[in-house]
Amino acid sequence: MTRYTSATPDDRREMLDAIGVSSAAELFEQIPEALRLGRPLALPEGMPEAEVFERLAALAARNADAEAEVCFLGAGMYDHYVPAIVDAITQRSEFLTPYTPYQPEISQGGLQVMFEFQTAMSELTGLPVSNAGLYEGPSSVASAGYLAMGATGRRRFVVSRGLHPHSRETLVTYAAGFGAEVVEVGLDGGLTDAAALAAAVDGETAAVFLQSPNFLGAVEDVEALGAGAKEQGALLVVACDPMTLGVLRPPGEQGADIALGEGQPLGNRLDFGGPSFGFFCATEEQIRRMPGRIAGETEDVDGRRGFVLALQTREQHIRREKATNNICTAQALNALAAMVHLAWLGRQGFRELGELLVQRTAYARKRLAGVEGVELLHEAPVAREFALRLQAPVAAVLDRCAERGIAAGYPLGRDYPEFEDGLLVAITERRTKAQIDDLAEALGAAVAAEREGVAV
Amino acid sequence: MALTETPMQREAAKTIFEKSKPGRRAAALPASEVPERPLSELIPANLLRSEPPQLPEIAEPEIVRHYNRLSRRNFDLDSGFYPLGSCTMKHNPRLNERVAALPGHARLHPAQDPRRAQGALELMWLLQESLSEICGLPHVSLQPSAGSHGELAGLLLTRAYHADRGEARTKVLAPDTSHGTNPASVTMAGFEVVKVATNDRGGVEMDDLRAKLEENQGDVACLMLTNPNTLGVFDENIAEIAALIHGAGGTLYYDGANLNAVMGQSRPGDMGFDIVHVNLHKSFSQPHGGGGPGAGPIAVSDRIEPYLPRPQVVRREASGDGGPSFDLDFDRPKSIGRLRGFQGNFGVFVRSYAYILSLGGDGLAEASETAVLNANYLKARLAEGRAGERLPIAFERHCMHEFVLSGKPMKRQLGIATLDLAKRLLDFGFHPPTVYFPLLVEEALMVEPTETETKESLDAFAEAIEQIIAEAEADPEVAKSAPYTTPVRRLDEVRATRRPVVRQPLA
Repeated sequence: MTRYTSATPDDRREMLDAIGVSSAAELFEQIPEALRLGRPLALPEGMPEAEVFERLAALAARNADAEAEVCFLGAGMYDHYVPAIVDAITQRSEFLTPYTPYQPEISQGGLQVMFEFQTAMSELTGLPVSNAGLYEGPSSVASAGYLAMGATGRRRFVVSRGLHPHSRETLVTYAAGFGAEVVEVGLDGGLTDAAALAAAVDGETAAVFLQSPNFLGAVEDVEALGAGAKEQGALLVVACDPMTLGVLRPPGEQGADIALGEGQPLGNRLDFGGPSFGFFCATEEQIRRMPGRIAGETEDVDGRRGFVLALQTREQHIRREKATNNICTAQALNALAAMVHLAWLGRQGFRELGELLVQRTAYARKRLAGVEGVELLHEAPVAREFALRLQAPVAAVLDRCAERGIAAGYPLGRDYPEFEDGLLVAITERRTKAQIDDLAEALGAAVAAEREGVAV
Repeated sequence: MALTETPMQREAAKTIFEKSKPGRRAAALPASEVPERPLSELIPANLLRSEPPQLPEIAEPEIVRHYNRLSRRNFDLDSGFYPLGSCTMKHNPRLNERVAALPGHARLHPAQDPRRAQGALELMWLLQESLSEICGLPHVSLQPSAGSHGELAGLLLTRAYHADRGEARTKVLAPDTSHGTNPASVTMAGFEVVKVATNDRGGVEMDDLRAKLEENQGDVACLMLTNPNTLGVFDENIAEIAALIHGAGGTLYYDGANLNAVMGQSRPGDMGFDIVHVNLHKSFSQPHGGGGPGAGPIAVSDRIEPYLPRPQVVRREASGDGGPSFDLDFDRPKSIGRLRGFQGNFGVFVRSYAYILSLGGDGLAEASETAVLNANYLKARLAEGRAGERLPIAFERHCMHEFVLSGKPMKRQLGIATLDLAKRLLDFGFHPPTVYFPLLVEEALMVEPTETETKESLDAFAEAIEQIIAEAEADPEVAKSAPYTTPVRRLDEVRATRRPVVRQPLA
């Protein structure tokens, strides 16, 4: 068994004497006897470190990860290359093991990282204010709903069906609590149905939620779609993929009041879905309603530049039931990973990576649409992910590709009954031309075999 | 006091943006290898960005140096004693980092077909089973991302439970000593907080509880409680409290922030709680990361189970040749729905499961016992000498894993506030305890040493407090102007809120 404690029998004796009790059990007598467990927990005995390692390695070996397969899965999380310096820096004790920076004099490192991160996210989204991060993308969307309700006093959200299904579901879950209605607007040709959106937005609408690129990979004209929200006094909330913001026009330049999203593509590994982080940027007008931590610049008593948690009067530990959000522990280390990745890419590299994604995606889209039995689900412009229709059962085709070591993509039927034949394919800088060509071949063979009824 | 600037104080803080110089870079990217077309042929010009965002331009050696230097401006758990009350700053085993980084965990896509993610789903199921046993409640959802997210989940479950019975209750009771997240979560979940008073032993004031139940008859949805509570004491009346709340038709919610006191000793489910959240970043050794990531799984009773978030990890018994298999169950018609993307903070689950395997059931019980022993020992040390006189314990009784002192006499007699003492502790190389919480105790100082500290560390901390008070008796100005040795000294926090500068202005 492993123990991380140090108390020797002698230590214990001295400590018990100082307390004035004869055994540690005496200290637990404040728990009524009927409520003391009185038996060992029904869990295995503790194990030596080497055995714990083997046990967990054996579990890990039963997963088909992106090292074991060529991964074209996306749907919000992407198999990007995380540079080695991200691991080296985030594993430093000084970043890994402190608590939230409640004592700023000894937390300048973490606070400055937050300030740098806020600057970077503000640059990416084109909005002046960023927080230091939230849990992940979908709950950030829900927090934007809560903010919009507070800002407008209205209780109706209009949501594009192009918004990530997890974001839509999470917003509905939260809205059931704070009491708001969620109205969905459909898609047309892969893009948010502009006429239906205009019809759905009215004077009771607190916020309009769009995503670009949307869940089907299509780049939306946010400015045009958001005009109605502006006229009706609703907030325009835009979810975006940070990795596309080197090439795509930032939400802040298209009228967004809030730009947010899933931060995983920036410096965070896949981790079967978390931990990652959500980013949340807004106009100056919303700064005092923002959820989460925000670092601010200030000075110490001798005039030295320093950083502190700013605007803490929004937060639960000060304001309690009047707080703008309940969030406390969030994702500081994941935000650091993002900042280091962004610094490593740098101004030029970030742009180049965005262009690389667009070029390879365009190639893959054309190549796969040329496969017999495969066609485009929509022809709207895309950046790093696109949707196909297969003339064969998607699940069976995916199984055949998996046998060739390829995770071919995300079956859209999981979330969109109307796209039961849909497949969403994601590209990162790790997916080479050769791998894309292999996918085309595997997909072609799988679709053909299914159509001909060849046994697996 | 004569002072010399330390080298770190002399070094002016510069952001990475201020170290940027056009033309420098770190990353080299792969060639596209595909026939390229002009961007404007692929995406309409009005949807393209005109100028790249102004990210820093800097080479790799300087990025590494920048963040290493920044890291040295942090105090951290690996550098010293961190008795931050309610935060359970226990050792973060490096084994857990190693297993979380295995490619089978770290590079597993969350949308992978469950049939090809069996190891991950089994791990989640095993963690659910372990937490169920520790909490004494039959069902677990790992989805919530942190403690406050677990609270929100618990309140939404409560809402769904009442709604399913045709009731729309509006009030949630919480003691005046509760964590700030409790009332904040209550408001977010669309309920109203009703405060319950604390008695002279630090527990719930039973007469006030009865009165509040009477005043709000038929309208109380839930009571949120921490036990041991934020004063570090166990509420002996918990069985009666549970009976009262259940009798009034409400649910009983357990804020698991203080679970480190009772693992393997007493279980919230046995105390009568319906819903419990567990902070994996407290009791189960996930590193705090300077403010996350964490995870806040919830354990619930049978009557709450139908409403648990979607999807749930389930085990399906063997059909045919193989063993049992694991799956994500979305078919939960009464579920409150999703609380977040995908399945939860899986990397945190790996670390916490490794921790549970390492210690085992016996080790968890021993950890709680040692945490309580350490807290009571430090409390006894601080009851001696000057500290005992100037910084008395708020509630005189044995504590559990933490205790609360009051700096009221110190402030009145010496003119130094709890904040001054905390700042002076920084010069002694300690992270101060939690200050000014709970609100009930004037000039509060909340101390949680955890089980992983040595007796020597506890003694050194007690001696530092003694020394600081002695110093203040001679000259209170020393503490009032502290700290002196930290990278920066006391910061103007008011200015950061009045005129917030929250990003670097770039040309």
